Amino acid sequence: MTFLSYLISGISLGSIYAIIALGYTMVYGIAKMLNFAHGDVIMVGGYMSFMATTNFGWPPLLSVLFAMGVCTVLGILIEQLAYKPLRSAPSLAVLITAIGVSYFLQNAALLIWSPNPKSFTSVVLFDSVRLFDGKLIISGTTIVTIVACIIIIVALNTIVNKTKVGKAMRAVSEDKDVAQLMGISVNKTISITFAIGSALAAVAGVLLCSAYPILMPTTGAMPGIKAFTAAVFGGIGSIPGAFLGGILLGVIEILGKAYISTQLSDAIVFAVLIIILLVKPTGLLGKKVLVKV
Amino acid sequence: MKRKSYFTFAVALMLCLTLLVGCAGQTTKPTETDGPATPSGTDTAPSESKQDETDPGTSTDTAPIKLGGIGPLTGSAAVYGVAVANGAKIAVDEINALGGMQFELNFQDDEHDAEKSVNAYNMLKDWGMQILVGTVTTDPCIAVAAESFSDRIFTLTPSASSPAVVEGKDNVYQMCFSDLNQGIASAQYIQEKGLGTKVAIIYNNADAYSTGIYNKFISEAADKNLEVVSSTTFTDDTANDFSVQLMEAQKAGADLLFLPIYYEPSSLILAQADSMDYEPAFFGVDGMDGILTMENFNTELAEGVMLLTPFAADATDDLTVSFVAKYKELYNEIPNQFAADGYDSVYAIYEALKDSNVTAETPANELCDLLIGIFSGGDFVFNGLTGVDMTWSETGEVAKAPKGMVIENGVYIGMD
Amino acid sequence: MKSLKSRYNIDNWLTYGLVIFAYIVMRILIANGKVSFALQGQLVPITVYIVMAVSLNLTVGVLGELSLGHAGFMSVGAFSGAISATLLELSVRTTLPAWMRLALAMIIGGIVAGFFGFLIGIPVLRLEGDYLAIVTLAFGEIIKNVINVIYIGYDANGIRISTESANALNLGENGKIILSGPMGAIGITKISTFTAGFILILITLFIVLNLINSRAGRAIKAVRDNKIAAESVGISTWKYRMMAFVTSAALAGAAGALYALNYSTVVARKFDFNTSILVLVFVVLGRMGNIRGSIIAATVLTVLPELLRTFNEVRMLVYAVILILVMLVRNNTTLQHLYQRIVTKLRYDRPPAEEGDEA
Repeated sequence: MTFLSYLISGISLGSIYAIIALGYTMVYGIAKMLNFAHGDVIMVGGYMSFMATTNFGWPPLLSVLFAMGVCTVLGILIEQLAYKPLRSAPSLAVLITAIGVSYFLQNAALLIWSPNPKSFTSVVLFDSVRLFDGKLIISGTTIVTIVACIIIIVALNTIVNKTKVGKAMRAVSEDKDVAQLMGISVNKTISITFAIGSALAAVAGVLLCSAYPILMPTTGAMPGIKAFTAAVFGGIGSIPGAFLGGILLGVIEILGKAYISTQLSDAIVFAVLIIILLVKPTGLLGKKVLVKV
Repeated sequence: MKRKSYFTFAVALMLCLTLLVGCAGQTTKPTETDGPATPSGTDTAPSESKQDETDPGTSTDTAPIKLGGIGPLTGSAAVYGVAVANGAKIAVDEINALGGMQFELNFQDDEHDAEKSVNAYNMLKDWGMQILVGTVTTDPCIAVAAESFSDRIFTLTPSASSPAVVEGKDNVYQMCFSDLNQGIASAQYIQEKGLGTKVAIIYNNADAYSTGIYNKFISEAADKNLEVVSSTTFTDDTANDFSVQLMEAQKAGADLLFLPIYYEPSSLILAQADSMDYEPAFFGVDGMDGILTMENFNTELAEGVMLLTPFAADATDDLTVSFVAKYKELYNEIPNQFAADGYDSVYAIYEALKDSNVTAETPANELCDLLIGIFSGGDFVFNGLTGVDMTWSETGEVAKAPKGMVIENGVYIGMD
Repeated sequence: MKSLKSRYNIDNWLTYGLVIFAYIVMRILIANGKVSFALQGQLVPITVYIVMAVSLNLTVGVLGELSLGHAGFMSVGAFSGAISATLLELSVRTTLPAWMRLALAMIIGGIVAGFFGFLIGIPVLRLEGDYLAIVTLAFGEIIKNVINVIYIGYDANGIRISTESANALNLGENGKIILSGPMGAIGITKISTFTAGFILILITLFIVLNLINSRAGRAIKAVRDNKIAAESVGISTWKYRMMAFVTSAALAGAAGALYALNYSTVVARKFDFNTSILVLVFVVLGRMGNIRGSIIAATVLTVLPELLRTFNEVRMLVYAVILILVMLVRNNTTLQHLYQRIVTKLRYDRPPAEEGDEA
């Protein structure tokens, strides 16, 4: 029974990593850049939802939509101001700019909301589920997180594979120049990708803060790094890969803590990651790209 | 292609030289960067009123004694540094309003990093710092204390609690309990009051403060027949999910959970324990203070939590009431113990110096010897927000009685 | 071919010249009391970051692999260097002079980090691109976690190691704790000097520039530009990639030792992802593969946050904005074209005058 509840904790944590990782992987797959500011957009999402529920007294669902709205705008804004001018620059230049944006968001949050942590009220209102005479308790937030993660992955898969926008995304991902020649607006497609990624970040932020109800300007930093790891782990650019990578990372983290050592839980996570990459050098579900001369 | 890089190089070289000249210029005119009367660097809260600039000038003509302050104002530990800076600033403004001895506070950011802390310290030296109130966090403080020791600048740290901070340095004093004291006092409280017999501990193994208390507690518990049934850890990077740690404690049958950690992870632990229907007694240390004033925190979760804290924001003595009111007015937040430590540190220095005839001209090393003499002299007793009848040992540790508190109906109630 | 070679030489001597010139200027300024405490205190960290940036440039710029864990090697070097320096001080009967302890600590730091570079290189060099980057990141995080649980002490009976706590070391009388888990290495005697940093930079430049311009260096660049083509002409990609990677790690380790011995304490937390990223920013800003650029970027970006102290609470916000703007301006195509035009014009108008500018 203990194992089962550890497993559920792991899947719950992993679902949050997965949602964040999906944002990373979408942007990477289409714009070919590592958006290190993604973790901080999560934090902004958390603060928006917090303000909406606590300061304005809005209902939880509305607060989520509000957070998604603000983050979408923020994501597009960041993309237009900081990343778009660098479209033709080397990818590392964009990476550094993304880091600059990350510093900016963190420090702006520090000034706006003060460094004092805020206690987040979960947006999930229904009670925990008790199974086996209360031996196994699954909180409402856990259930919502897992369900939300599944809905998001299904929705994303549908968007990317079944819609016209998705087709454009795939085309841009394959070859920007050719896509442009085919009449696809590359800039618009990338903006849409950022919008989706940032909206996902908002959802991740709200869920992260609902599950672990504390909000600080640095809230998004570590989950951001972990989710980035998860995205690469699953095979960067691959949507099912990000999902699988996120879930696995969460489960390994919790089980590592439970059965090996709480002191070294992160070391265990990263060691497992290295070992798996040795076996699968392009991530779990990454495409094996054949390089020709 | 090559030409291009020559050109870049020339431009960069010029830039570097400009920088060097710019830096060199600061030695001659150290206060150039700070406005004449602005207690620069203390303006950590954007909403702060700018009126106090004029206060020191109007009340008296005495040149102010320069107090340096260092702590994290940005980054993950900003909450502590900002609180200390705010508290210290209130104390400085109050003292200046009294007339007589004047202080000027320059509080610099160190991002909770030893390198940046030493940078800040050097910058304050350029500014002409005479006394240092800092550093707020432990390992930056150890690095800075080594510098201030060799420079002979008196150092009173508001909140760096490790014994390594004061060890071997006669000029470094602490305003807060040392980690050892807290470990001993916690074990004593738990045993004497019979709060629990089977103790589980969750601590931060990447944090000197938390690990310091934990180690002392463990060795004390062995002497006191307290059974430690489970000790688990987390780090700043994994401070979100505590389900494993809590379940271990529950499985081991712990009836008391000792949390020698700060209040942010504590709030998560309380919430997660609640959601899994685990209800042991909770016992925290001074880092737990602040939990009730966290914005939007559900204080019901903290019902019955016990903690050792030197400061309670809802205490009814005049000093606390007036401090809390001022803090709320200026920063729109309820102060925690760090703010109180910052406030007390400045006042302790003021109390120590007010009968002497030191001025802004007194060199830092003379002030240092003078203050060491007063603090370790044995008859210097200080009453502040964080304790009454505080005295200091020659090693630099403070002696004050820890207050055991229990949270009832969202407020602290004395346990004694 | 000859002219190409001499071009390299001029370029390299210029880099050495810059460093030596800067060193002499600083020395003169210090001797005349013209340098603030703030800048004096930053001299050693600046030299450390220069070595970090140059060594990372070897991996990122020359070898062409993104490393997000360079601070991990710095960490390994810092702790092994600090521990060995303290042990040397405590154990050797006739105490060695400080500079010798420092030199030994840096050598040990370099060797240990180089060894770790080799170990981590085995999995890393089987991978490519972001997968490689993530393993270096993972390495940095693992090191950070592991050092937090190691305790090392020294007493009359020798060295004691524990993973429990400082008490578990059971040190005898006069025993000294050297590494204390999350407290990091404590009680370090500060022996790092600006001159030592300067010498380390020169050694680093010597190693890196010679490597780049040697046969091995050309092989490394060939591997970067086209791995398959390089392999097809008989270049052992594994060997050359490993060579660059280990060299880079060892230099970072020596820099780490210098860094650790400049403060009385050093903690594992310092060498986290953010520090790796910081060094990466130096490299990218100074242009990848451009050693001189790394030196200048490391210097400017280390001093910059201190100069921004006048901005008080918005300091780091300003820093972020400057970083973004610099990246935008540097990569702006319109400006690049303009710049190119100016350069071309200068070249045709008065080529010798430009040479004079650098002197």
